[in-house]
Amino acid sequence: MKMKQFFLGVVALSVLPVVAVRAEAAQPPLKEVKAAKGHVSSANTFNRLLKKPKAKNLPPAEDGIHDPDNDNTHVLQPPKIAYDGLPTTPFGNYVDWVKALDDNLLQPRYDRFDPTIEPLVMDLDIVREVKSTVPDVVFPHKPHTQWLHCSNCHPKIFIPQRKANVMNMSGILLGQQCGVCHGKVAFPVTTQSCTKCHSKPKPADWKPPKSETSLKNPWN
Amino acid sequence: MYKSALIGLLSMLAAMVLPQAAHAEYGDVVMNNYSDAAGMRPVVFPHWYHRIRFRCKVCHADLGFKFKAGGNKITMAKIIDGQFCGACHNGEISWSVENCGMCHSGISGTPTHIDGSTVQRLVAPTYKKLGN
Ligand code: HEC
Ligand code: HEC
Ligand code: HEC
Ligand code: HEC
Ligand code: HEC
Ligand code: HEC
Repeated sequence: MKMKQFFLGVVALSVLPVVAVRAEAAQPPLKEVKAAKGHVSSANTFNRLLKKPKAKNLPPAEDGIHDPDNDNTHVLQPPKIAYDGLPTTPFGNYVDWVKALDDNLLQPRYDRFDPTIEPLVMDLDIVREVKSTVPDVVFPHKPHTQWLHCSNCHPKIFIPQRKANVMNMSGILLGQQCGVCHGKVAFPVTTQSCTKCHSKPKPADWKPPKSETSLKNPWN
Repeated sequence: MYKSALIGLLSMLAAMVLPQAAHAEYGDVVMNNYSDAAGMRPVVFPHWYHRIRFRCKVCHADLGFKFKAGGNKITMAKIIDGQFCGACHNGEISWSVENCGMCHSGISGTPTHIDGSTVQRLVAPTYKKLGN
């Protein structure tokens, strides 16, 4: 009898992870809970919509998109090994790619064949004043032209003329304007990265513009 | 009874190797326009690995890769013709094209996408294109 219980236990244990995987897939996770006294429904938990933090720099065989049954998957390099000694950030690849270049810790080629060709770097900052309390945006050409070519941005993504382009966060979050790269390959948009772009503090006397309705508010 | 234990253990193992939520490296691109249909695993392209060796300019300006996962409609015919991946995976700059499993390493059924992107991580993901 004891043996049977043990086996049942094993079976139950083995089913658990499957159930867990299912629950993760179906969002939001709602369980039927009796509204008994002192029993908070699982519909009312914290972090109902919070996505779990990504595990960092997993090796290919464990990352959920590489097939561990493919022999070559185990030959691919785990990112952690390659990143050893590089400066870190709290987002994206968790690598500060700009600093790594500046400190000469990486020397990616600018030409497919010739490692001696130097990039065409342009040091020109563009300030974009933001109609919001967040600091103004500074677009630095320098780190961009270290990686990219002018034709990667001009004229398809941005007309090369100050203020000639309409930009806002909703577009960026949907993958337009700066979001063509930021949020895909270049550092992503997260709470920790806002000030990378929003880097110029507002003048001390700056006040947020008041909305029309607020100025005309009859109860004020 | 031993049979049920065996089944239990087997399903436990299966649960461990089942694809869980993806935690791929930021910037990994899965390409699956044609692979599944041809019975090959989808292709996984690691940006982090290539940007350590090449600037974006080499691929996105010189070699003409568009900024769009799946948007370049890469095929094996183009690759052996020296285009796209074939500009380097030719046995000269990097290992050659006969190493099928190095590129075709994705889990079958994974759609074309760029992993871990901000759009996917929004609470209400939206894939609608607004036009530029
Ligand atoms: C990552 C994208 C990107 C790259 C690469 C890039 N630019 Fe720009 N460029 C911009 C943005 C954004 C602006 C600002 C546009 C605005 O304010 O509407 C700009 C503005 C400009 C302007 C207008 C400046 C002014 O004062 O009006 C010139 C000229 C320019 N870029 C030239 C270049 C050249 C030359 C290169 C290559 C060496 C280059 N850009 C590379 C994004 C880029
Ligand atoms: C074509 C791709 C592309 C576009 C478009 C683009 N960026 Fe970048 N940006 C990069 C890359 C690549 C880097 C290097 C750092 C990295 O990869 O995380 C970078 C770096 C930066 C940095 C430097 C961060 C540091 O650590 O010093 C800032 C600031 C920045 N981008 C702001 C912007 C803003 C603002 C826009 C829109 C006006 C924009 N970028 C558009 C590709 C792009
Ligand atoms: C890749 C660069 C980049 C990052 C990262 C970024 N922003 Fe922005 N943000 C911009 C640009 C560009 C604008 C438009 C500025 C303008 O009006 O010219 C903008 C505008 C804004 C505005 C004004 C309203 C609007 O949509 O135009 C707010 C508020 C804002 N950002 C908040 C944030 C917050 C909060 C974060 C962090 C979660 C963030 N931004 C991260 C580039 C960035
Ligand atoms: C350097 C990377 C790379 C290597 C090596 C490679 N492929 Fe591909 N292959 C690709 C890419 C990228 C695609 C396009 C994927 C898609 O969108 O489905 C592709 C697509 C395919 C397709 C479907 C489209 C077509 O052109 O028929 C087949 C079949 C295929 N590969 C077979 C192979 C075989 C067999 C080998 C080994 C001899 C191989 N591949 C090696 C990158 C590679
Ligand atoms: C070795 C070549 C190579 C290098 C170097 C490279 N890329 Fe890519 N990139 C690709 C390929 C391949 C794709 C996928 C194209 C496809 O699926 O058709 C891609 C896609 C992209 C996309 C589109 C993602 C999407 O679907 O919205 C962006 C953005 C991008 N790359 C940015 C960059 C930036 C920024 C750099 C430099 C830091 C860079 N790439 C370096 C090959 C490269
Ligand atoms: C600009 C040249 C270039 C292009 C274009 C390029 N690669 Fe590579 N790739 C390399 C080099 C160099 C290596 C490193 C080879 C070595 O370690 O010997 C590499 C390595 C790889 C690796 C192995 C990474 C590891 O973990 O060892 C994969 C997978 C790969 N490439 C896939 C692709 C695919 C898929 C494409 C096309 C979509 C592509 N590459 C296009 C140059 C390139």
